[in-house]
Parts: sequence; structure tokens; C-alpha cells
Amino acid sequence: MPLLKKLVGAALVLGGVAAIAGWFLSAPVRLGAATLAQLGPGDADRGKRIFYAGGCTSCHAKPGSQGDARLQLVGGLELKTPFGTFVPPNISQDTKDGIGAWSVEDFANAMLKGVSPSGEHLYPAFPYISYARMKPADIADLYAFLKTLPAVAGKAPANSLGFPFNVRRGLGLWKLLYLSDKPVVSFPEGTPQPVQAGRYLVEGPGHCGECHTPRDLTGGTRKSQWLAGAAAAEGSGIVPNITSGEGGIADWSEADIANYLETGFTPDFDTVGGAMVDVQRNMAVLTREDRAAIAAYLKAVPPHPNGYPARKKPAS
Amino acid sequence: MRKLILAISMLAFAGSAAFADPVADRQALMKERGKIAAGLSKVVKGETPYDAASVLTALQALQANAEKFHAGVDALFPAGSDIGDTTASPKIWQDMAGFKTAEGKYLADVKAAVAAAPADADALKAQFNTIGGGCGNCHQSYRVKKG
Repeated sequence: MPLLKKLVGAALVLGGVAAIAGWFLSAPVRLGAATLAQLGPGDADRGKRIFYAGGCTSCHAKPGSQGDARLQLVGGLELKTPFGTFVPPNISQDTKDGIGAWSVEDFANAMLKGVSPSGEHLYPAFPYISYARMKPADIADLYAFLKTLPAVAGKAPANSLGFPFNVRRGLGLWKLLYLSDKPVVSFPEGTPQPVQAGRYLVEGPGHCGECHTPRDLTGGTRKSQWLAGAAAAEGSGIVPNITSGEGGIADWSEADIANYLETGFTPDFDTVGGAMVDVQRNMAVLTREDRAAIAAYLKAVPPHPNGYPARKKPAS
Repeated sequence: MRKLILAISMLAFAGSAAFADPVADRQALMKERGKIAAGLSKVVKGETPYDAASVLTALQALQANAEKFHAGVDALFPAGSDIGDTTASPKIWQDMAGFKTAEGKYLADVKAAVAAAPADADALKAQFNTIGGGCGNCHQSYRVKKG
């Protein structure tokens, strides 16, 4: 059967081409010289703001730490997701167990491209999909601030993921779909400055969309339901809708949002809960202007109805 | 200010009425707690002028509320009451000891505020931040948002 032979041969060639193409397409891509040139010298004082906007300590401090212990970025929290358990690593200044030996370029490649110094893809539980929208100068500032924090020895346990999620190379294809430095929400020209500043904080360092936006089948955020709320990645709860759509925060004023981020109290004097407690405590460290900018942006984003299914009424 | 005191007394009274439903009961206590906190927050923010007597009354109401919760915690959170119209996390029952520690610390913080009655809005602010932090600490672990 020469025809069958030909078909098999063609399939093999095609398969081979696809495999080779896939290998190249999935290769980790580092930052170009132009971006690296924008890093600048870095300023630790400015970096402190980025540190709290980014919420680094919420995942990288030892679980349950309070006070100054939250600046010991030894890792070890377990994020139990449908993909498996992710464990944020030690990002303290320890040269062996942490990132003390990383150059600012190494750090920028991790933050903006999700690539480790050894050239491996990082898992997006580390929210570089959001951080990719950050300004290089802010990355350098954050790097300078991290340099002021203590070195703490000790490796966090490894991730525990099933196939195919344990194949890091596969993330290269995933990044082609989702990694972009472009803003999510586009605003017309002349949009007030606080809204734009808020967009940067929310979509970039704040990475609010990572929890507040529902995900599609392959785990990317659905931009058509940006910030509409989602089923929590961990546990059985939900993460609320923070747009002005149905179920969201249309009845919150900008002052209400800013006050919530500062004090943890909602307008009707319920309080912050769950994973948002740590986030709110970070937001409380930011300036009044930054919180007001976040509020202005949230009131300006397109409204969506809840991005999670309605609660099932218990059978009586 | 009299209105505030009256409202608090009425709330305290409403809170003392016995419910047969532990979920409704604990939610009523939490709502009352939030209302009192809202009144105090206005003083902290300077929206209501500082008045020592009414602040103390509010703090005492907060203490009465916390004591009711503390004394009734077993009846308020019986096994199996994590289902239905509640945002109580199953973690409460998995870690009842931790839950009781958190709610005990909250009561202690409120009592401390009453014992060292604040002399001005700044003193109240410090106490209010401690108490409010307790709200977050407990809700971080023991409440789950549902759709």
C-alpha cells in the first residue's frame, strides 16, 4: 500500500515538524537589551511601595508570620489549586536558598518574563502575567528594596503537580497565549490621571485580576469578565466581583473603596476576610493617593455581572 | 449622641432576644457588632465629635456583645451548622480550639479598651485598630465568601 506508506510518512514528518516547532515556540524568552536598559539604578525607598503594592510578603513570608517576621521571605505557603500544590520559594537574600545571588537582570526576567536565572519557565502561580505590565524602573526599585531585607536560610518544599502541569517547558506555549505587557482595560485619551495610575497598580503590581477574574479552561484570565469575581482557586468559596456590574460594588463610592483598602471595613461595616486580609494590610501601607487611584480605576472599569455561578440554595 | 446611645441600647436589647436558629443568632450578633463599630469609626475619623461618655457606652456595648458570643460559642456554632445560609468556614469545626482562641482574644481586646477608657480620639483610634485587626484575623481563617 504505497498510499498508506506515504500517509504515514507524511504524518511522521508533520509530527516531527510540529514537535520541533513546539520546542522552539515553548523556549523561554528573556528580556531584550532595550528593556534591560530601562531598569536604572533602583531606589529602595521607592521599592518599598512596590513591595507592598505587589503583596510579595503575602505568599513569600513563612505562613502565619506577624510583624517584622513578614519581611523574612523564606517561602513555604501551600497554594492548593486544581493544578496541584504550588509552594512559593525562598526569595530572601540568602545566596544559596534565596535570591541573594541574583542580578537585577535575573530578577527582571523572573518578574517580567517568568524565566528563572537558569533559563526555566516559572509557574504563573507567581503572577508574572500581571507583573509583566510593570515598568522596568519599578522592578529595579523593588530589587533594591529586597536587598535591604534579611537573608534567611532554608529551602521551601518543592511544588507538587501532576502531569502535564509538571512539564515546565509546556508553559512556553501557555505564555504565547497570555503573556503581554499591554494594559487589559483601554481608556480613551483624556482619562483622568488617577484612573490610569490605578490601572497600573491594579493590573500590574497589585495583580488583583489573578483572583478576581474567572479563568478559562487552560487557566488564563478571561479578559471579557475582567475583575467580575471568580470561584476561589483554593477551597470552596468565591472571590467577589469588584466591577460595578450586578453583584459587584456599584453602590460603593470611591471613598468607600479607598476606606476599605485602608481600614478593612466595608461600607456596611462587615470586614475584610480570607486571603484579602493580607492584601488589605499591604494596601494600608500605600499612600492615600495610591488607594484613591485604585478606587478610581475600579469605578472606571467595564461593569460585568458576577463571574462565578450563583450559590446553590440548600435543599430543605 | 443620645440617638447613638439609644440605638445601641436597642441593638443590645435585640441581640439579647433568644433565637432558635444558631445561624440567625450568630449573624445577629455579628451585625450588631458591625453597627457599633460603625459608630466608633465615625468618631475615629472625626465625622462625629469625640464624646467620652458615648464612646464608653459604645465600647461597653461591644463588650456585652463579645461576652454573649463568648459564652454562647458552643451553642452558636453547633456541629453541622456550616451548611445552609452561612459564611462560616468549615475550618471553625476543624480547628475549634483555634477559633475559640481568636474569639477569646477579640473579647480580651474589647475588655482592655473598656478598662482603659480612651481619653481622646487618638487613644480610641489605637484601640479601634487593635479591635478591628481582630475582626480581620478571625475572618481571614474562619469565614468563607460564598456566591
